[in-house]
Amino acid sequence: MAIKSKPRIKVPSEAKAGEIIEIKTLISHEMESGQRKDSSGKPIPRAIINKFTARFNGKTFFEADWFTAVSANPYQAFFYKASESGEFTFTWKDDDGSEQTASAKLTVA
Amino acid sequence: MQLRSWTPSRRETMGLGLAAMLAATLAPRLVMATEEAVAAELKKLYGDTPMAPGKIKLDLPEIAENGLVVPLNVDVESPMTDGDYVKAVHVFADGNPLPQVVTYKFTPQSGKAAASVRMRLAQTQNVVAVAEMSNGTLYTAKAQVKVTIGGCGG
Repeated sequence: MAIKSKPRIKVPSEAKAGEIIEIKTLISHEMESGQRKDSSGKPIPRAIINKFTARFNGKTFFEADWFTAVSANPYQAFFYKASESGEFTFTWKDDDGSEQTASAKLTVA
Repeated sequence: MQLRSWTPSRRETMGLGLAAMLAATLAPRLVMATEEAVAAELKKLYGDTPMAPGKIKLDLPEIAENGLVVPLNVDVESPMTDGDYVKAVHVFADGNPLPQVVTYKFTPQSGKAAASVRMRLAQTQNVVAVAEMSNGTLYTAKAQVKVTIGGCGG
């Protein structure tokens, strides 16, 4: 299954310089492990999101390689140390090559 | 009351031997991926670099009622400065069909080498985390999760 739904992200819109903020993300995806069989006994091929990338103003600060053991509708939480105002970009890469992105603005006071 | 060391009788010795043989023949069939599979993955990544226990806090439920969604929180102790930070964290599950769970890559901008995800566990097993520091040293931590319903579609 390709990525089809809009990812959900939770990021504070403001932070103080030097503050460590938590970012939470959630995306709908079956994360088909390749271990299951259909009703006729044929194995269902693997189809997962294999990479999540978090960037701030274009610079990657966190990456996660997901394997088949990651649950369906993957949730990922992580941190970022705020230093300047700008924009987060989050990218989810599917096994089939498709990508989904989401972005959020951060203002550093 | 009499105090003396216990010496097994012949019958007891045979019993012990049988139990050991049973354990040895049954054990490999009960696990899917094994500790060896995890060790092989680690060898591919880091060769024979020694690993010290510590620095990693693995936050996992002791008992997971549903193996399909097991919360996993990893937190590695580090100042996360340009000169001293956590580069990568690998998480493995030694009783799943495939041992890898997740690999994180951190940078000093991460602020904290911590992340949470939800994972599938096929059965009761050990979850192993390995953290690679910016200077190349490795740390490891291990925790057991008891799974009552497996997460492998079966």
